Amino acid sequence: MLYREAGQFKSTYAEDQQIFPIRQDRIAIAALLVAAFVVVPLIADQYWLSAILTPFLIFSLAALGLNILTGYAGQLSLGTAAFMAVGAFMAYNFVLRMPWLGVIPSFILAGLCAAAVGIVFGLPSLRIKGFYLAVATLACQFFVLWAIQRIGWFTNNSPSGVIAAQKVVILGFAFDTPVRKYLLTLGIVAAMALLAKNLMRSETGRAFMAVRDMDVAAEVIGIRMMHTKLLAFAISSFYCGVAGALYAYTYLGTVEPEAFTLDLSFRILFMVIIGGVGSILGSFMGAAFITLLPIFLSVLFGAISHATGMEPSHAVVSNLELIIFGGMIIFFLIVEPHGLARLWQIAKEKLRLWPFPH
Amino acid sequence: MNVAFFFEVLIGGLLSGVMYSLVALGFVLIYKASGVFNFAQGAMVFFAALTFVSLLERGVNFWVALAITLAAMVVLGIAIEKVVLRPLVNQPPITLFMATIGLTFVLEGLSQLMWGSQPHGLDLGIKDVPMEGLAQATGIFVSQFDLFAAGIAGVLVASLALFFQYTRVGRALRAVADDHQAAQAVGIPLKHIWAIVWAVAGFVALVAGLMWGARNGVQYSLTFIALKALPVLILGGFESVPGAILGGLIIGAAEKLAEVYLGPMVGGGIESWFAYVIALLFLLVRPQGLFGEKIIDRV
Repeated sequence: MLYREAGQFKSTYAEDQQIFPIRQDRIAIAALLVAAFVVVPLIADQYWLSAILTPFLIFSLAALGLNILTGYAGQLSLGTAAFMAVGAFMAYNFVLRMPWLGVIPSFILAGLCAAAVGIVFGLPSLRIKGFYLAVATLACQFFVLWAIQRIGWFTNNSPSGVIAAQKVVILGFAFDTPVRKYLLTLGIVAAMALLAKNLMRSETGRAFMAVRDMDVAAEVIGIRMMHTKLLAFAISSFYCGVAGALYAYTYLGTVEPEAFTLDLSFRILFMVIIGGVGSILGSFMGAAFITLLPIFLSVLFGAISHATGMEPSHAVVSNLELIIFGGMIIFFLIVEPHGLARLWQIAKEKLRLWPFPH
Repeated sequence: MNVAFFFEVLIGGLLSGVMYSLVALGFVLIYKASGVFNFAQGAMVFFAALTFVSLLERGVNFWVALAITLAAMVVLGIAIEKVVLRPLVNQPPITLFMATIGLTFVLEGLSQLMWGSQPHGLDLGIKDVPMEGLAQATGIFVSQFDLFAAGIAGVLVASLALFFQYTRVGRALRAVADDHQAAQAVGIPLKHIWAIVWAVAGFVALVAGLMWGARNGVQYSLTFIALKALPVLILGGFESVPGAILGGLIIGAAEKLAEVYLGPMVGGGIESWFAYVIALLFLLVRPQGLFGEKIIDRV
C-alpha cells in the first residue's frame, strides 16, 4: 500500500537513471541518513558509538571493497586484511612524515598505496582463476604482514611493532570523542558507498559484471581484460585501504600488524557472503550481522548464566560461541545462499503487492 | 658451500614436504570427488589428533583409541555430508567454501569443548633423532621420525591408489570425480559416494593428525597446517593425488633451502609466505598446477 511505484512517471532520461527511482526509497534513504548523522549521535552512548557502530561502519567499508572485487568482478580474494594493513600503516606514515598534508589526503594516499599493492597481487588474476587465485591472494596476506613486521620504516622502528595513531585534526577541528570519530567515519563511509553505488551502475561496473559472468565472452565483446581486472583489484584495495586507515584512526587507536590476520580476511569475506554477493546494501547488512552476532551471543550467554545461576567457565563460553558462530554461518548459507540482501529484495517485492496479492 | 649440509637441508625439506602432502591429500580427495574446497581439513586434522590423544591419556589402549577415533572421523564425515553439503548442492563453489570455513569454527570449538584446549604431547614410539648409520657414513643427519612419516605417507598413498584402482567403490569414486552427471546416469549413488569420500578424508586427516601431533604436539596451532597445505595444493593441482605428493616435496625442499640460504639475507621468518610465492610464480607458468586438469574456457 505504502511502497508502490504506481503513479510515479518518469519523463526525462535523468529521472530514469537516478539511483533510487522510487520515491519511497528516496524518502527511506534520506530518513536513514538523517537518523545516522543526527539521531544516533544524540541518543547512542559511548559504548555503542565506539565499540559497535564505528567498527560496523569500518567493516562495512571493507566488505564493500571486497564486494566490488568478489561480488562484482568475480575475483575471489583472501587478502583483504593485508590491504587494510597497508592502508593503516601507510596512513600512519603519511601523517607522521608529511604532517602538512592533512589527514584526509593522507587517508586517500594510503588508499592509493593499498591500490598499488592490490594491482601487484592482482596480476596473477590475469592467468589464474577461482580457488587457485584465492590461494594466490593468500601470498599477499602473508607477505604484506611479514614486510610490515620486518621493515622498521612502516612502524617508525617501534620495537613492539605497535603504532599509536595520531590525533585526527581536520581544518583545526579535532575528532577526539567517540561521537566525532563516529561522525567522521560515517561521513567517509557514506561518501564512498555513494561513489561505489554509482561506479557499479556505470560502464566500469558493467564491465566488471561482464567479466564476472563469463570472462571469455566479455573479452570477445571488447572489454579489456587486463585493464578491467586490475582496475577491480585497485578499486577494491583502495576501499579496503581506507577502511584499514579508519580502523587504525577512529576505532583501535593503537595498531599492531597482528590485528590484520587471515582471520580478519575471513570475517570480511563472511560479511560479503552473508550480506549478499554483488550488492552494496548487502555489504552493510553482512557487516552488521557479523559484528553484532558475537555481541548478541555473549549477551545471550550472560543472560542464560544469570537466569540459571550456572557460571560456565570462560573457555566453555568462548568455544560455544565459536560453535554457534560457525553453525549460524552454515545455517544462513543453507537457508539463504544469496544473502540478506536477497531477503530484503524479496521483502520489497512482497511489499509492493501488499495488501492486495494481485 | 658445504655439500653435505646442502643435502641435509634438502633431504630434511623433502621429508617435511611429505608431511605437507599428507594434509594436502585430504583436500585433494574431497575436491576431486565433490568439487568442494574443504577448508575444514585442518580442523579435521586437529579434531582427529585431539580425540586420539585424549583417549590415550584416559588410559585407552592404543589400537582401541585408533579404532574409536577412526569411527568418530567416519561418523563426522558422513554427518558433514548430510547436514552441511547436501542442502548446498548446486550452489556456487564460493558458498560451499564459506560453509567449510563455518565448519572449521564448529569443529575447532567442538573439539576444544570436548577435550579442553591445553596442548598435549603425543608419543608414537619413534624418536625424533638422526639416523646414526647414515650420519656416520655420509655425515648427513636425517631424522628417524621424518623417515618414518615419509614411510607412512608412502603406504597411505599406495593403499589409496590401490583402493581407487581395484575396488568397486574406488572405481565409483573415480567415476564421480570425472563427471557427476554421467556417474549418476550409470547408477552410482552420489550421496553414498560423497559420504565415503568424506569418511576417507577423515581417515587421511587422522593419519596426518597423528604425524603432525607426534612432531609438534597436539595443540590449537595444528589447525594452521591447512595453510601450509594450500600452496602445495595449488602447485600440484587441486585434482591430482600425485600432484599433492610432488607439490609437497617441491614446497618442502624449496622452503627449507630458502630458509637456510635466503632467510638470513632478508631478516628471516620468510617461511610464512615463501611457499605461497613459489606456488604463485609456478602458477604464472602453468595456471592449473602441475597435474591439474587443463582449464578450457568455452563461450
